[in-house]
Amino acid sequence: MSDVILEVKNLKKYFKTSKGMLHAVDDVSFTLERGTTLGVVGESGCGKSTLGRSILRLIEPSSGEVLFEGQDVAALSTREMRHMRKDMQIIFQDPYSSLDPRKTVYQAISEPIIKHKLIKDKAALEARVLELMETVGLAERLINTYPHELDGGRRQRIGIARALALNPKFIVCDEPVSALDVSIQAQIINLLKELQQKMGLTYIFITHDLSVVNHFSDEIAVMYLGQMVEKAPAEELFANPIHPYTKALLSAIPVPDLDHKTERILLKGEISSPINPKDECRFKKRCFAACEKCECGAPRLVEVSPNHFVACHLACGE
Amino acid sequence: MSIENIANDTILEIKDLTVHYVTEEETVEAVNDLSLSVKRGKSLGLVGETGAGKTTTALSILRLVPDPPGRIIKGTVEINGKDVYQASAAELEQIRGNEVAMIFQDPMTVLNPVFTVGEQIAECVEIHEHCSKADAWNRALEMLEMVGIKADRANDYPHQFSGGMKQRVVIAIALTCNPHLLIADEPTTALDVTIQAQVLELMKDLKEKTGTAMIMITHDLGIVAETCDEVAVMYAGRIIEHGTLEDVFRNTRHPYTEGLFNSLPNIHDRKAQLKPIRGLMPDPSNLPKGCSFAERCEYACERCFEERPVPMKHSETHTVACLRYEEDGFQIERSKK
Repeated sequence: MSDVILEVKNLKKYFKTSKGMLHAVDDVSFTLERGTTLGVVGESGCGKSTLGRSILRLIEPSSGEVLFEGQDVAALSTREMRHMRKDMQIIFQDPYSSLDPRKTVYQAISEPIIKHKLIKDKAALEARVLELMETVGLAERLINTYPHELDGGRRQRIGIARALALNPKFIVCDEPVSALDVSIQAQIINLLKELQQKMGLTYIFITHDLSVVNHFSDEIAVMYLGQMVEKAPAEELFANPIHPYTKALLSAIPVPDLDHKTERILLKGEISSPINPKDECRFKKRCFAACEKCECGAPRLVEVSPNHFVACHLACGE
Repeated sequence: MSIENIANDTILEIKDLTVHYVTEEETVEAVNDLSLSVKRGKSLGLVGETGAGKTTTALSILRLVPDPPGRIIKGTVEINGKDVYQASAAELEQIRGNEVAMIFQDPMTVLNPVFTVGEQIAECVEIHEHCSKADAWNRALEMLEMVGIKADRANDYPHQFSGGMKQRVVIAIALTCNPHLLIADEPTTALDVTIQAQVLELMKDLKEKTGTAMIMITHDLGIVAETCDEVAVMYAGRIIEHGTLEDVFRNTRHPYTEGLFNSLPNIHDRKAQLKPIRGLMPDPSNLPKGCSFAERCEYACERCFEERPVPMKHSETHTVACLRYEEDGFQIERSKK
């Protein structure tokens, strides 16, 4: 039985720049089931953060629909939206800049609860903050400390506690561990996993680190220049990548293992500009398998095997 | 000199180096009793987390530790047999750039925004090779081609390049004078994976071509596995495990190194549970008196909190600083498998 919590249909976000329209997110569609994790991977500038923020309507999408539990988020009024935000939260990348330096741990965590008028009683509020701190593994004694007194891992825990404060159903994790050291990174990943199991959370996990996403996600979507080029269950994607970009991306991961040496596919060149892209495959210039077919029109996302979608002219045999 | 002699030649020798940052409020013990050597043409990976003292070690090799607050408390750094800290200003200029070059982490901030990349490479050639402007310019164009940038881009400014291309320019500058030793401080951390792969491949190629020795500073064990011959793992300003790639990756000995491996998601087994190292690195201004890893260590015994371990040889190439190995038959989980 499928229980779809989020459905994104033809979501587009264009930014106007002096050089033309920047296609940050271009026609992305997917559905997400309750309690699962969708990993979104891609390099800087591929639109993964913009996608996450457009879904939460932290930036206004240019067009398309975002259906959260059947309701179109983009069509809600400000007031309805505020209500909706209780269910949808975000954890930001950089725990050094996403916290207000003048707010203590207590103030930071209680802020969303006060804003949404969930708990009015002061003692109950404090109890709730302490409960949240315990959930994310922050010691009680830290309740009156300021962010500058804490290390990155602890700060990120505050960010997680803030996101959990309203009992959300769905959280966008925007590179939550990229600013942290490996040993701390593992602590935070385990925490997020635990919380998911305990509270039945649904995640969109945005990252550029493929080994983290493989570990964390049920499904993985690969983005390139604003478009989703491949989407498949995590195991399938790693075992059987089809899009040339996914193949190159997977082969580029440095593996800390002397026994698994992978043949590396080196890409030529750099990501081209997302401003006024032509109607053709956007990966064409860097692709090692490109041919004439790739110039006639942008490839569409096609289901090549159950749940495995690819947007590539060659793979889809068009 | 025969080929064998060259292969055995030591370029860099650090002995008992201790660097502290002294301010009015506190003394940060960044590097403590560190000894290290690099042989001609070899590459050494220096691994550790933020604050482990990797960058301070690198800076001290070139005598670049800012003073104040940085102070070299004791120890010597010798490059090709010359003590860096006894060198005159002129000798130092000879060492920096000609004998040892450094690549910094962030290519965005290293290049001067108001000069073209060609000028910046040529400047370096002019200073170190004492040649004419025209010769220096030609050499700059050659260097650009060598790192995979078309020579006609020499007149472009840094902002016209992407991050990966800028890092290539930085590499070109570092390699212009054919240094004997290249210190790369997290050269690819600011880059995307596919670009990182390109840059690492380029560095490997150039290393083979020029025979430069390298110290690769990184927090990524994957990069070490791909580019280095030897690994030194740093923790709280000390090298706690040092050996060849095989030694450290296959016969891991130190509990901290084991912890690092366990914290990494395994790309070949996605169901494997991550085992993070509990707790945090100790405050370098307030290091414990015993082993600095003891508090986070699963194997720590009472003695570990009291006594500081010294590096012990486990084989010709493999040194580990852990007291527990003085006991017979002690093994960490990873080596039991």
